[in-house]
Amino acid sequence: MTIPHGSGNLVGLPFPTAAKPRVRDIGLRANLRRATGTIRAKRAAVVEEVERTGDWEPLREAGRAIKAWTMRNLPELLERFETAATEAGAVVHWARDADEANRIVGDLIRARNQREIVKVKSMATQEIGLNEALAAQGIEATETDLAELIVQLAGDEPSHILVPAIHKNRSEIRELFAARMPGTDASLTDEPAALAEAARRHLRAKFLSAKVAVSGANFAVAETGTLVVVESEGNGRMCLTLPETLISVVGVEKILPRFADLEVFLQLLPRSSTGERMNPYTSMWTGATDGDGPSDVHIVLIDNGRSATLADEVGRQALHCIRCSACLNVCPVYERTGGHAYGSVYPGPIGAILSPQLTGVAANKSLPYASSLCGACYEVCPVKINIPEVLVHLRQEAPKNAAEKSAMATMGWVMRSRRRYEAGLRAARMGSSPWRGKGSLSRLPWPMSGWTSSRDLPVPPRESFRDWWKREAAEGTGANGEGE
Amino acid sequence: MSAREEVLARLRTALRDAPVEPEPVRDYRREGTTDPEELRALLVDRLRDYKATVHETTPDGLPTTLSAVLADATVLAVPADLPVEWLAGHTGEVRADPDVPGLDTSDAVLTGAAVAIAETGTIVLDAGPAQGRRALTLVPDRHVCVLFAEQVVATVPEAIARLRSPASPLTWISGPSATSDIELRRVEGVHGPRRLDVVLVGAADG
Repeated sequence: MTIPHGSGNLVGLPFPTAAKPRVRDIGLRANLRRATGTIRAKRAAVVEEVERTGDWEPLREAGRAIKAWTMRNLPELLERFETAATEAGAVVHWARDADEANRIVGDLIRARNQREIVKVKSMATQEIGLNEALAAQGIEATETDLAELIVQLAGDEPSHILVPAIHKNRSEIRELFAARMPGTDASLTDEPAALAEAARRHLRAKFLSAKVAVSGANFAVAETGTLVVVESEGNGRMCLTLPETLISVVGVEKILPRFADLEVFLQLLPRSSTGERMNPYTSMWTGATDGDGPSDVHIVLIDNGRSATLADEVGRQALHCIRCSACLNVCPVYERTGGHAYGSVYPGPIGAILSPQLTGVAANKSLPYASSLCGACYEVCPVKINIPEVLVHLRQEAPKNAAEKSAMATMGWVMRSRRRYEAGLRAARMGSSPWRGKGSLSRLPWPMSGWTSSRDLPVPPRESFRDWWKREAAEGTGANGEGE
Repeated sequence: MSAREEVLARLRTALRDAPVEPEPVRDYRREGTTDPEELRALLVDRLRDYKATVHETTPDGLPTTLSAVLADATVLAVPADLPVEWLAGHTGEVRADPDVPGLDTSDAVLTGAAVAIAETGTIVLDAGPAQGRRALTLVPDRHVCVLFAEQVVATVPEAIARLRSPASPLTWISGPSATSDIELRRVEGVHGPRRLDVVLVGAADG
C-alpha cells in the first residue's frame, strides 16, 4: 500500500521568498534576538544544574531510546492506549488526516448544541486548522493561552512552537489588547504583569461558563490510557477541569509505553522549553472521573502524514519531537527570519524536517535548505534528534532543478576521489585569487554556479592542510603527529 | 476500511522493514538525598525561587500557623475531608467542597498534597486525602497547601514511584500560575491561583 501524506497548515511560500522581507525587518529581528537570547540563557542555567550531577546525557539517551522503541512498536502501543482509555471511560476516535479530524471534532461539538468552545494551546489543532474549520461550521473557538490569544486577536499566525507571539514585543501587545480586547481601556500599561492581568479578566467568564473544551496532549500513556498536558498559566487546567465535555486531539506519535516513562520526559521538557526546573502546571487525566472534571471525554488520534514519516528510516526520528522548541531558540537562521518564513505551524530546525515529511518533500521542497547545518539544534535536542542528518537526507530526496542537480553530481564526483578533490582545491585556490580579501566566494563558474547561486563558499586558503602536511613532512620539521 | 484499521495498517506498512529496537536503557539517576535537613532546605529554596511563600511549622503548631497564614481569608474553601483540627484556630467562613461559583467567591483554598519534589520545587496532588477535586485548587486566587516532611522526596523518579496510580487525576504544581509569553520573561499570576503558600510541617521537635 502507498501511504498518503498529510495536509493542513504545513506549507507556505518557498522559504527564500518568505524569508527575504523578514530578515530586513529590523524590529522583528530585535524582538527575536532579545527573546531567544533570554530563553537560551535560562535553558543553559537549568540544564547545567542537571549536568553537574552527570544526569543530563543519561536522561537524553533514555528519552531518545524510549521514543525509538515507541515508534518501532507504535501500532501495538496505540491499541493498548485505546483499550486502557476506553476502559477508563474515554471515547477514542481515529482520523486519517486533517479534514477527518476536523469533521469529528465539529460533529462532537454540534451534537452538544454548542457554538462556543475554549481551547488549550495545541500544535496538533493548529496543524489541522481546526479553528478555521470550526468557524466554517459556525463554531467560535477561543484560544486561552496568552500567546495564542495575542495571535488570534491580531488575526496573525503563530511564529514559535512554545511562544507563538514571540515576534511581538510588549508595546505591540499592549496596543493590540487596548484596541481589540473587550474590557480594556487606554489606561492599560505595557508591563507584562498588567497585560497578563488583562487576559485573566477577559477569559475568566469564558472559563467558568464553557461547556466544551478542546485540547491537545504532550504525552499519551499506552499502559494506563492517561493523557498529559504541560502548561504554565492555568488556562490548561481551566479547560481540562471545568467544562462537561473535553475533546483532545492527539498525534499518534505522542504515545509513551509506560506511566513511569513520564519521569524522563518531565525532566527533559520543562528545562529545554521554558528553561524552568518544572513548569507551573502539569495535568494528567485518565478517561473520566466521577465528580471531578469532564464526564464526557473524547480522544481523537490523528495520522495526517505521521505514518508516511514513519516509513522513512532516516527521517522517522522527527516523530520523536516533544515540541520543546530548544532548537528554534539556538538556530541562527530562525533568529534572523522568524517563524513565519517557514510557512508551517512547525518552524525552525524541527519544522524544516517535520513539515516536509508530513506533506511529502515534493510539496515542501525549500524547507530542507532552510538551515546552515551548523548542528546547534542537534546539541540541544532533549531527545537527540539528529536534525542535520535528516536535513541532508531530505535534500537528497527533494526534486532539484537542473543546475543544482549538475552541481551536486559534480561535487559528488569530485569528493569521491582524493586525487580529484586535491586537484579541485588547488584549482579553486588559484581561480579565487582575484577575490582574495573578500573572505567568501559568491559566484563560481559553471557547472559549480548552481552551487553558489544560493550560498557563498569560503575562499580556500593559499595552501591546503594536505599540501602543508606533505611539505612539512618532506622538510622533516613539523610532522611529528600521529597517523589518521 | 475504518479510519482505525486504515491508520494501523499504514503504520504497520511503514514499519515493515524496520529493525527491532533494543529495550531502552534507563540508567539515569533515580534517587537524590534522603537527609531530612537537606531535603527541607532544597525544597524551601526551590519553592521560593518560583515565588511560592513558605511557612515552616511543627505538627502541634500547625493550627496556629494556619490561622496566621489565613488571617485575611474571609471565605475559605476546603475539601470535604480536610482534618478538622487544621482549622482549630481559624475564625472566617469555611466552605466544604463548594461548587464553581462558590469557589469563585472564595478568597483562598486550603488542601493537603500527595508528594513533593525537592529538586524541582513541585507539589503533586492526586485527589487523595485532604485534596478534593481539581477545581478546588484552581478557581480561588490563593492556594494554601499543607505538606508534611515525610511527603517530600528529592527527585522526579522518586515522586512517580510514590504516586498510587494515574487512575485518579494528577495535578503537578510548581509555584503560582505564570507565563513567559511576553518576551519570554516569567510573570507570576495568570489564570490559576496567583498566590501559592506552602505550609511545611517538620518533625515534632523541629
